[in-house]
Amino acid sequence: MIIGVLREARPGETRVAATPTTAVALIKLGYAVVVEPGAGASSGFSDDAYVTAGAELGDPLVADIVFGVNAPSPQQLDGLREHATLVSLLSPAFSPELVADLARRPITALAMDAVPRISRAQSLDVLSSMANIAGYRAVVEAAHVFGRFFTGQVTAAGKVPPAKVLVVGAGVAGLAAIGTAGSLGAIVYATDPRPEVADQVKSLGGEYLPVAAADVEVSATGYAKEMSDDYNARAAALYAARIPEMDIVITTALIPGRPAPSLLSAEMVASMQRGSVIVDMAASNGGNVAGTVAGEAVVTENGVTIIGYTDLAGRLPAQSSQLYGTNLVNLMKLMTPGKDGMLVLDFDDVVQRGITVVRDGELTWPPPAVQVSASPATSVTARVVLATKEPMSQGRKFAFVGVGALVLFLLGAASPPSLLGHLTVFALAIVIGYYVIGKVHHALHTPLMSVTNAISGIIVVGALLQVGHGDTVVTVISTIAILLASINVFGGFAVTRRMLAMFSRS
Amino acid sequence: MTVETAAQAAYIVAALLFILALAGLSKHETARAGNSFGMAGMAIALVGTIALAITRHISGLGIALALGAIVIGASIGLWRARIVEMTGMPELIALLHSFVGMAAVLVGWSSFLSVEAHLDGDEAGILRFEDLLRIHSGEVTIGVFIGAVTFTGSIVAFLKLSARINSAPLMLPGKNYLNLGALVAFAMLTTWFVISPQLWILAVVTAVALLLGWHLVASIGGGDMPVVVSMLNSYSGWAAAASGFLLGNDLLIITGALVGSSGAYLSYIMCRAMNRSFISVIAGGFGIEAGPAQDKDYGEHREITAEAAADLLTSARSVIITPGYGMAVAQAQYGVAELTRKLRDRGITVRFGIHPVAGRLPGHMNVLLAEAKVPYDIVLEMDEVNDDFADTDVVLVIGANDTVNPAAMDDPTSPIAGMPVLTVWNAGQVIVFKRSMASGYAGVQNPLFFNENSAMLFGDAKDRVEDIVRAL
Repeated sequence: MIIGVLREARPGETRVAATPTTAVALIKLGYAVVVEPGAGASSGFSDDAYVTAGAELGDPLVADIVFGVNAPSPQQLDGLREHATLVSLLSPAFSPELVADLARRPITALAMDAVPRISRAQSLDVLSSMANIAGYRAVVEAAHVFGRFFTGQVTAAGKVPPAKVLVVGAGVAGLAAIGTAGSLGAIVYATDPRPEVADQVKSLGGEYLPVAAADVEVSATGYAKEMSDDYNARAAALYAARIPEMDIVITTALIPGRPAPSLLSAEMVASMQRGSVIVDMAASNGGNVAGTVAGEAVVTENGVTIIGYTDLAGRLPAQSSQLYGTNLVNLMKLMTPGKDGMLVLDFDDVVQRGITVVRDGELTWPPPAVQVSASPATSVTARVVLATKEPMSQGRKFAFVGVGALVLFLLGAASPPSLLGHLTVFALAIVIGYYVIGKVHHALHTPLMSVTNAISGIIVVGALLQVGHGDTVVTVISTIAILLASINVFGGFAVTRRMLAMFSRS
Repeated sequence: MTVETAAQAAYIVAALLFILALAGLSKHETARAGNSFGMAGMAIALVGTIALAITRHISGLGIALALGAIVIGASIGLWRARIVEMTGMPELIALLHSFVGMAAVLVGWSSFLSVEAHLDGDEAGILRFEDLLRIHSGEVTIGVFIGAVTFTGSIVAFLKLSARINSAPLMLPGKNYLNLGALVAFAMLTTWFVISPQLWILAVVTAVALLLGWHLVASIGGGDMPVVVSMLNSYSGWAAAASGFLLGNDLLIITGALVGSSGAYLSYIMCRAMNRSFISVIAGGFGIEAGPAQDKDYGEHREITAEAAADLLTSARSVIITPGYGMAVAQAQYGVAELTRKLRDRGITVRFGIHPVAGRLPGHMNVLLAEAKVPYDIVLEMDEVNDDFADTDVVLVIGANDTVNPAAMDDPTSPIAGMPVLTVWNAGQVIVFKRSMASGYAGVQNPLFFNENSAMLFGDAKDRVEDIVRAL
């Protein structure tokens, strides 16, 4: 089958759905690749580079599978063949007209931004790969406007305080921003309704600011959800208290399929220092900040810059294209089980089901919900397994010890005096054996066993005392016993020595 | 100071040295010293005993035979110890256990022949005077019984481990009743023997015990051999202790009890690692019933080439290798060690995760890796690595199956349900070295192989590991 790569029709789009590198990977899967002339120009990939990689230049609309970054223009859609498969970002949850339009056509449409967030689908997750880039770029944009150092310095010309950065929402983009701002030297704070991300924030050098609220969230879908009014009120109080001291605020709060929550009010923005910068990464969905203008940087009356760029990832076009292209290659790997260039759409696979908006002209959006975290289910089975083995109660333990002691007492009392000494030794030796072995290192189990084996060859002592006392049969039998036990003693110690000599430390 | 007291003193010293030996074996740093303590203790005990035997008027022929037997036994033992392959260690140890068992039987019979067979003789007279004759008779049967069970049990274990007989569990109808019946018969025969010691009763006791030992181990599957071997180790200790009672020798009692209880504790550790009841192990016949053939469809497995595996490894930051019996069979430990060195030279963290029952002997994998010069401080226990799999990029499963089976945790109906396993599936990518898709010893299919992040590398583990080393 042929894969066509579109030149993006949307103005300002710099990315492309396949790079020369990913084209090679697609060809390896058995596909032919047709690239629209000039498709990679704004990402820095020349047409020649595609040809060198083995692709052809031509009209991508004649292909069986069409790759795009954004949804194609209506003209491009009109040009699609029947039964063609379109793969691009479609944001089906936000664009009902587009979905309706697609459903009118005899095509299959796959939305790369609808990949469910399960571990095995991570390699196709465009939102994650793009958010990572966008988070980095958000810090760079902020630094550009900020006009001051991020890192604190003490120089001969005086002291420069470090910049303080607040990242709202520690998802992929937020974490990328935390890491980037931290490595530039800023003091980074972060908030997120999911308390489990505190460790991730810390690992990137940020400080997690918890919101003191009752309804902490355990995420089942991998995304944050809308929070209760109580939570929002407490979060707002936290922002109001901390934002005046911040130099840079980066908001990343997006809830899939919903308008972005409004987090920073106009008063909060007004409370910031002149020259501070806010980057609203949710601008395309309405913005987290009062006063955001999608696609633009605006300066408020008190000199705070609010950056609302919606193309942050596209501002690093070569790498965005490479990562997006790799996501597409991974999707093709998933959907080309035979590696023979034949696309197979498997509706039993939740990933493929989840991204399919239209199948052969039939509307399949929205897909059934996918549970990402199976933690409640596993904890149930774990409990079942554990419940079968109850620890012995204190009372039963005492009872056991008591019965054992009584039996031993009766046994000892009934036995003749000369046997009693042996019993004493026997009982104590058992206890010693138990404690001596108690802390043995697992790696030494085999040497331990071979050494105990050698030691139990001590039975040779018994046979030695029996041999050579007149009775021929006894002497013969004892001699055999000595022979066998000696093999044990010498063999056991020698092999232990050999084994122990091999253990060495790095 | 007489020779008698000197010998007793030597026994005390020897017993303490044995305790030091076992204690020393618990840490790498002291292990070699521990072994030396053991050897010293044994030497002191032997010298003391020979001196004691001489004062007890041993005949010249007797001393010559004894020394000759020691020399021959020593040379056989040293020879076997020198040439044994580290992969053959389980067989050797099982065989050595059988020698102790046989020796205990022989000591019991000798004791019977010198005491009970001559009820009018001097030794019987002394015992009767001390009111110990009946106790002696009881000790004879107990000693012979434990020794004989150890003997045949170890022989069967040896044959199974060296693949001379089929290692599948023997399933006789009513096997638990057979075992129980043997014990009841033993108790009744012992009582009879105590009342009237006769040769044929002892012979029947020996025969019953030999059959019991054979049956106990024959009904246990090959995959449970680590527990069996350490259980037999314990039995051989008890056999020595029983001989000690028989001969009134404290050194034998102490040593036997030390070995017996330490072996039992070791078996207990193993049982906990397999989530089995300790009592049912001691009683034998605890082998997993091979589950009914499962037709459940697990989906498709993926294959990977050695070159692709090498690529994955070089791009990883952290790698954990979980070896199993398959590594021992394929003799792949040298290749694995070479691979480990190469990866570590590139700055990749490589660690080993060892399941407590991996291999056919407790600690079997550790010995093999040590033989191939893998540093022991990167060879970790299951509990030490299990939490780290989530942060691991690549896991190599080399010849392991049941010990990495997620069904043990997820599927309560699985025959291995509840057994703690290495949670390799939490890692980024799992590469499984395996001959084919056949199931493991427990006869359970492994859903791990069908996971999205698992890939199979089929073929002989040694060849495949060497392919990867070459590709690096």
